[in-house]
Amino acid sequence: MTELTCIVCPVGCRLKVEQGKEGLKIIGNGCRRGVAYARDEMTAPKRMLTAVVQVAGSERMLPVKTETAIPKAKIYAAMEEIKAITVSPPVMIGQVIKENLAESGVPLVATGTIAGEGCFKPLEKSLGSE
Amino acid sequence: MSIPEVDVLVIGAGVVGAALIRELSRYELDLLLVEKEVDVSFGTSKANSGIVHSGVHDRPGTLKAQLAVRGCQLFPELAAQLGFLYKQNGAVVVARSREELAELEKLAVNGRANGVKGLSLLNQEELRRLEPNLSPELVGGLLAPSGGIVVPFDLVFALTENAVSNGAKLMVNTEVQAINPEQGGFFVRTNQGGIRAKFIVNAAGLGGSEVAAMLGDDSIQLYARKGEEYLFDRKLEGLVHRTVFPLPSQVSKGILVIPTVEGNIMIGPTAQRVETPDLSTSLAGWQEIYGEARRLVPTLQPNDLITAFSGLRAVGTTGDFMIAPSTLSPRFINAAGIESPGLTAAPAIAEYIVELLKESGLGLRRKQNFNPIRSVVRLRDLDFQAQAELMQKDAAYGQIVCRCEMVSAGEIRDAVRRGATTLDGIKLRTRSGMVRCQGGFCTPKIIRLLSEELGLPPEQISKNGPGSELLLGRLRAVQEEGRKEEQLHA
Amino acid sequence: MPKTKAVDLVVVGAGPAGMAAAVAAAEAGVEKIILLERQAELGGILPQCIHNGFGLRYFKEELTGPEYAHRFVQELKKHPGLKVKTETMVVTITPDRKVVTTSATEGLVCYQAGAVILAMGCRERPRGAINIPGTRPAGIYTAGSLQYLMNIEGFLPGRSAVILGSGDIGLIMARRLTLEGVRVKAVLELMPYSNGLNRNIVQCLEDFQIPLYLSHTVTEIFGEKRVEKVRVAPVDKDFKPIAEKGFDLSCDTLVLSVGLIPENELSLQIGVELDPATGGPVVDSFYQTTVEGIFACGNVALVHDLVDDVSTESALAGRAAAAYLKGEIKTKRWLPVKAGRNIRSIVPQRIVVGQTTPLYIRARYPERNATLHVGDGQTKQQVVSPGETIYYTLKPEDIRTADGWVEVSLEGGRVHD
Repeated sequence: MTELTCIVCPVGCRLKVEQGKEGLKIIGNGCRRGVAYARDEMTAPKRMLTAVVQVAGSERMLPVKTETAIPKAKIYAAMEEIKAITVSPPVMIGQVIKENLAESGVPLVATGTIAGEGCFKPLEKSLGSE
Repeated sequence: MSIPEVDVLVIGAGVVGAALIRELSRYELDLLLVEKEVDVSFGTSKANSGIVHSGVHDRPGTLKAQLAVRGCQLFPELAAQLGFLYKQNGAVVVARSREELAELEKLAVNGRANGVKGLSLLNQEELRRLEPNLSPELVGGLLAPSGGIVVPFDLVFALTENAVSNGAKLMVNTEVQAINPEQGGFFVRTNQGGIRAKFIVNAAGLGGSEVAAMLGDDSIQLYARKGEEYLFDRKLEGLVHRTVFPLPSQVSKGILVIPTVEGNIMIGPTAQRVETPDLSTSLAGWQEIYGEARRLVPTLQPNDLITAFSGLRAVGTTGDFMIAPSTLSPRFINAAGIESPGLTAAPAIAEYIVELLKESGLGLRRKQNFNPIRSVVRLRDLDFQAQAELMQKDAAYGQIVCRCEMVSAGEIRDAVRRGATTLDGIKLRTRSGMVRCQGGFCTPKIIRLLSEELGLPPEQISKNGPGSELLLGRLRAVQEEGRKEEQLHA
Repeated sequence: MPKTKAVDLVVVGAGPAGMAAAVAAAEAGVEKIILLERQAELGGILPQCIHNGFGLRYFKEELTGPEYAHRFVQELKKHPGLKVKTETMVVTITPDRKVVTTSATEGLVCYQAGAVILAMGCRERPRGAINIPGTRPAGIYTAGSLQYLMNIEGFLPGRSAVILGSGDIGLIMARRLTLEGVRVKAVLELMPYSNGLNRNIVQCLEDFQIPLYLSHTVTEIFGEKRVEKVRVAPVDKDFKPIAEKGFDLSCDTLVLSVGLIPENELSLQIGVELDPATGGPVVDSFYQTTVEGIFACGNVALVHDLVDDVSTESALAGRAAAAYLKGEIKTKRWLPVKAGRNIRSIVPQRIVVGQTTPLYIRARYPERNATLHVGDGQTKQQVVSPGETIYYTLKPEDIRTADGWVEVSLEGGRVHD
């Protein structure tokens, strides 16, 4: 039997996973997502990866994430690729920064917005004028 | 590059060197102040209790007594001219038992012999009325109304800035390595090149013995006595109004409760002789200080602590300041062993050394255009109208960088122009990063402002000089550097 | 006083609390709203919290910090009467709701507000406050300021780090540093349990084989110019370090994640009453403080563990401020809450009679299978942890006004082994 802590949401259910004759038996999960998590974790564990990338002409970094979780084993390879990226503005939130990150099949997407040329001008700043 | 030739070289930009160079800048002289650290005031003068002593403690007839009483008298006018943070809040020495009351009376006699004005003995009730938060166990006190408090590094900044604006030169990062007598003066070798000086004043603090030895003068023996201090949040402002002293011990004036000029409460210092000088604080130090301070002010709570620091005093072997021309040359004046009450005495020490220099043959002609005034912008001290006018003139004063102390980008920029090159230099000049949040919010902004103003990349900005850089580099640059190293290993 | 502009509502702070409050107030019909933010960007701490884990309660989907902030920024834009002032610092607030601000672009400005919402958030506890002996070298960072330097400005602090404090920020930073190539030697926790979420212990520490030392602390810092090493020691039941069991960890960076303090300097200036248990203002069911027309919500009132809760609570405060401006909230009868067994804090502290009030409750120590009692109401609590909020929606029928207070307690639980 393997004990796992579910990381799908902040509740962090403590799961017990047993290899039965009809596949994995999972108890302790608070919701269905816990079952999927335990299955993945036992066979091919996955993680979300978030980081920042350089922006050409700016000292403000752009936050990014993998669109979905990627194989845990590819995390470091993915970080190497992320560190080599420099994006050119403008970048909109949700925009794909790199397809197929570290051959995971999952794209890297922007989680922030950079408007304007070079320098990070958060869109919301334009709200200020009266 | 030609070798600078000066009339007087002052070694060490602590409070003594700073007060002296400012005093000398009243005269038509070529002056140079050298400091081995990255900034002025970064030695003993940075970390001490900041007390302007009345002079009750010192033994009559000593230089300490004479110069402390005089120094204390000079402070109000000096503060008015230079605008450093000073307050004549008065001091009270307290007795914890009947037996100690007799000691207080002796102290009063001592103080009167030194010429301290306004001393009065207080009974328990009078003491309570003046300082209601003191322990009810205390049975009486000696009030010295001339005592005060000062922000010690602010004093040093003010003195040097005023001297520089009156023509004196300042070199930081300059370590004296050799001193050779020559016709009419000295040739001094430093890590920044040679200097010719007609007169030298050794105000090198803990380095005083080493500097004297460069001339061959082995008469100065010093050791370091460490003092830890603990600073509490400004919300305790008013806990005590006067600086509270217990009765002194053999080695020190004891653990004090000090209301700082900025409204914080500070307790300390310890007095511990150390062989290898370092600036660490210790659990034992805290326990000693907190225990003693609670005997004076029982309501003090550790929750309100915001920071701790320690400093080193240069203590001589004579029990008194050692201020005299070297036996090897009348043109070389030692100002050594300036332990407490050195900060108080500094302005008087400066006058005293000027007299010594005169006796040694330095010609003194008063400058016509000496300007005794220094001014700096402190946004938080201004009223709304003055603030608004300032912001109108220069928008940088409207941009607040430090939210705990309301310090603007304009003041940070001013601090760089006044000589700050490091995070600590900014902190000590503006208080940004000094109190509640200890720089949690403002540090990144100050790094950026320093970087812009000094024209250096952010990774070269340091806390207090080379070796204390705050950042390793940009995320990717560091990673590439790491990769290069890996390749080298492979 | 500088020239005064009359507005309906001033919201101080455009983090998750201030944004949610401002949006909710605008949606409830408040017209002239000024949202003040001292940073250049909106979102408070969110833009630097690049990790995921936000939004599951509020938006029913998992978002990163910048994405969560973005949602609210979009909402703000829908209301033309809602003006945002960034890089603007509040200097003073008076009890009669004059708010004086300063900025590089406008200098000093004073707003006379009908209502004020305090949403300043919290700040990190620095080294001095926990009094670690040793030297004072460069290389000591609070977790949040390091997070800003890395994620916003793109700087790396050093090559090897020790993290003191296992709250979520400490755990998140352990992973972040590791991913950027910094060797994290250990995460230390003074308490016998982590205050962080279980999932963060798994995905931030266990995934990267970073050791977590529970009941350990840093007893001394070494290094003249830059941190060179720290001495670590286990602590006994009274949190006193056991010096003889101490050991050294070499590192050039020490990260402190030792607690958050509500930022209440302005609240004190106004004269609102603070609750020593939360460090924030005492508020009622409407998040109104003890000074009329001054509301407080988000981490300035109580340091929450989920930003979603901050948004929920702040939207409630925003709607309440709107109701107040319309004259719909008169002084109502309220009962104080009273913390019973194993209860550290409860927000709101004043329950308005007849009002359904969501409560945020914190326990003092961990236990299992306890029953939460709130007045006459009760629920089962399988796992109680001081690091995690206990939620309870207080209904009018739960309270007996004759009691004169509402008692909250955890009963019958079993303390963890």
